Amino acid sequence: MYTSSSIQTAETQDLVNTSIPHIQIKDLNVTIEGKRILKNINLSIPNNSVTSIIGPSGCGKTTLLKTLNRLVDDTKGVEITGSVLVNGEDLYAKDAEVTHIRKKMGLLSQKPFPLPMSIFDNVAYGPRIHGEKNKKVLTQIVETQLRNVGLWEEVKDRLEASATRLSIGQQQRLCLARGLAVKPEIILGDESTSALDPVSTQTIENLLIALKQDYTIVLVTHILRQARRVSDYIIFVYNGEIIEFGKTDDVLLNPQNEITQQYVKGFIS
Amino acid sequence: MSNVKKRLLKEKIAKVAMQLSGITITGSLFFIIGTILYKGLPYLSWEMISQAPKGGFYIGKEGGILNAILGSLYLATFSTMLATLIGIPISIFLNVYVKSGSFLERSCKLLFDVLFGIPSIVYGAIAFSIMVWMGIRASLLGGIITITLLTIPIVVRTIDELLKTIPIDLKHVTFSLGATRWELAKILLKYIKPGIFTAILLAFGRAIGDVAGVLLTTGFSDNLPKYVDEPAATLPLAIFFQLSSPIPEVQGRAYASALVLTFIILIIVICTHLLASKQQKHKI
Amino acid sequence: MNWRLIKDKLIQRSFATMLALSLVVIILILAGLSFKSIPLLRAESLGAILTESVWSPLNGSFGFLPFIMGTIWVTFISLIIAAPLCILASAYLVEYASEALRRMVLPLVNVLAAIPPVLYGVWGVLFVVPFLSQYVAPIVGAETTGYTVFAGGIVLAVMIFPIMMSIMVEVLQTIPYELKAASLSLGATKWETIVKVILVKAKPGLIAAVVLGISRAFGETIAVLMVCGNIPQIPKSFFDAGYPLPALIANNFGEMMSIPLYDSALMFAALLLFVLIFGFNLISRLILNRLEGKS
Repeated sequence: MYTSSSIQTAETQDLVNTSIPHIQIKDLNVTIEGKRILKNINLSIPNNSVTSIIGPSGCGKTTLLKTLNRLVDDTKGVEITGSVLVNGEDLYAKDAEVTHIRKKMGLLSQKPFPLPMSIFDNVAYGPRIHGEKNKKVLTQIVETQLRNVGLWEEVKDRLEASATRLSIGQQQRLCLARGLAVKPEIILGDESTSALDPVSTQTIENLLIALKQDYTIVLVTHILRQARRVSDYIIFVYNGEIIEFGKTDDVLLNPQNEITQQYVKGFIS
Repeated sequence: MSNVKKRLLKEKIAKVAMQLSGITITGSLFFIIGTILYKGLPYLSWEMISQAPKGGFYIGKEGGILNAILGSLYLATFSTMLATLIGIPISIFLNVYVKSGSFLERSCKLLFDVLFGIPSIVYGAIAFSIMVWMGIRASLLGGIITITLLTIPIVVRTIDELLKTIPIDLKHVTFSLGATRWELAKILLKYIKPGIFTAILLAFGRAIGDVAGVLLTTGFSDNLPKYVDEPAATLPLAIFFQLSSPIPEVQGRAYASALVLTFIILIIVICTHLLASKQQKHKI
Repeated sequence: MNWRLIKDKLIQRSFATMLALSLVVIILILAGLSFKSIPLLRAESLGAILTESVWSPLNGSFGFLPFIMGTIWVTFISLIIAAPLCILASAYLVEYASEALRRMVLPLVNVLAAIPPVLYGVWGVLFVVPFLSQYVAPIVGAETTGYTVFAGGIVLAVMIFPIMMSIMVEVLQTIPYELKAASLSLGATKWETIVKVILVKAKPGLIAAVVLGISRAFGETIAVLMVCGNIPQIPKSFFDAGYPLPALIANNFGEMMSIPLYDSALMFAALLLFVLIFGFNLISRLILNRLEGKS
């Protein structure tokens, strides 16, 4: 098993081009109703790349993702110790301002959840609440983001239609556009393709790969093939602990740890 | 073999008994409405619903129950409005601002559940004695306040049920756009909009039909309601008073008044139903 | 940016205030009722008030027993009518009926809940009372006007159908399918499965539904008042008139001011109702919440 320091060193060797990683997790422990969900997590997530968190269900991978934007706060009976640094700023500092932190992280949830309003308003929602009132600017943002996710050509004639009318794959891309419109630095995906058909899944995967130029992306997935297709790095979580962290090929093809080997071969799920 | 036959016979009898119970329960609805319709329709006239009582109305002479219809509508409208304005924020507070599953949330929700069951006579009694203590006479305002207290738990509970059906992911997604809790609340309200009208209608129905709460606090008046600090007639009370009269003509008017109230309630029920089906469609 | 956060905080404060205020009202109700009951409790002991049967405010005797018994009679009658009917009907709806029938019946039951009490009272006066005096009483050889605890019980039974039905249906729907399948696969008939497995499993929920029904029946005022006869006596049979507690409050509030201790006695009646119903409701809601948490 890797110790926290060995993870750090294995990591920094690959990251010659960036100074500080966007996300650094230090001694993170999460307890929910007395049960330890995450144990001593130490991690630096590389910038401008896709990192997948994999592991059997109930191992804490979703909780790990939700600690990154403090949505875990909303869970009943939760206690958190340790720190999560984003650009050197501790999310769990006492004076940390949650809405500001969350704005930096776009979340792509399991199922698409369009807000109960038009396509245009969905994308414009974020910029609007953050104070953008200029109609021209908003129109520009909406077009750019819809183009970014390849939805513009499909919906440009019906921007005022209700977002719930779109197909589920389109809805998920809309949600991605909506998240991008608040200019996040990090995109978090929580099994974001699990509700989608294979074609839409592929579209989303390709989008994520394209987006890593500008964003740091962290995904939770239980599909190993998906992790292999999209990610540069893989974190394997088991029983609330990080068992292995490294480049995708290293972890999947040549796992160091016995549990990882078993998981990758499909003996545990 | 006979044992099996006996068991199957038992099954059949039980099934019939169950069907009969179901028919009795649903049948009672049609029976009640039917009885009121049958007795009330002959006495229903335009004069009844377009005029206030005139001299000798209660011994069978001319006039109508417009005073009571208007009184009830005012009472129900204002108290429902107040209950909505107080109840929705409470629901929002408990579902958005308070941590889910916390002691505060659970105990408050339990309390509103319990309050929902407290009979209106208790509200009426306490409101009445407060009014006596403060030297206020029975008035429309007294009724509005009492009925508002009565309907707040209804609004809180119904809105709470609606908010519960919203997937937690919608909450998370909205938060992750950097929304504040209030901005989330606005999204949630938009999401359950048809359901809010259902809650309002439910409260309105309860408010317009209540007797025990208004009996002591609102009083009764033959004049059309004009000021909130004066006593006002209400439809259920008008029914109650007219029914206790020995004069057949007045009793007949009680049946007709009951029919008017039934119509109002049925309109509310139909609106509620239409809105509820709209809410279903809106779901993802 | 800052303004949004301030707004959020301000709204939080004001909403919390509304919540606090509405909770204060409850405490005020309880305090007010208790405070007002004190004079009566000073004059007579609690035990005496609850067990004496002479009600004569002018002579200063306030025995609550007739009213307590009146309430118990109507509630009891309504329960023995409503509880079995509701259990059978909800079991049918959940276990036998098609989805279409369920969708038709449940909204109708909800309409029943929307009908105001006074209309139930009108129905009671128009149908139940004459029916009892003309058809039912002669069969058992009783002579009555029909304004009896029996009439009150029947009207109340119909009034508590909706709340009992809707909760029972909900409770029965939470019974896992595997449990039924296990019983059926052992060769039990559907009815045997219902009696021996489903109803047993659903017992706490069904009890909660019945208790909620009881508390509704306890507090119902106007409909009962219209059909019960309102004579302050202890009912001896189904065909005696009774005088339930809520009717006592509603009927006498207007004139209470002139007689000493009368208002205190009526407030005590309201307090009694409040505490009993609060307790009943609390118990059944706690049971239901626990069941909901489990499923």
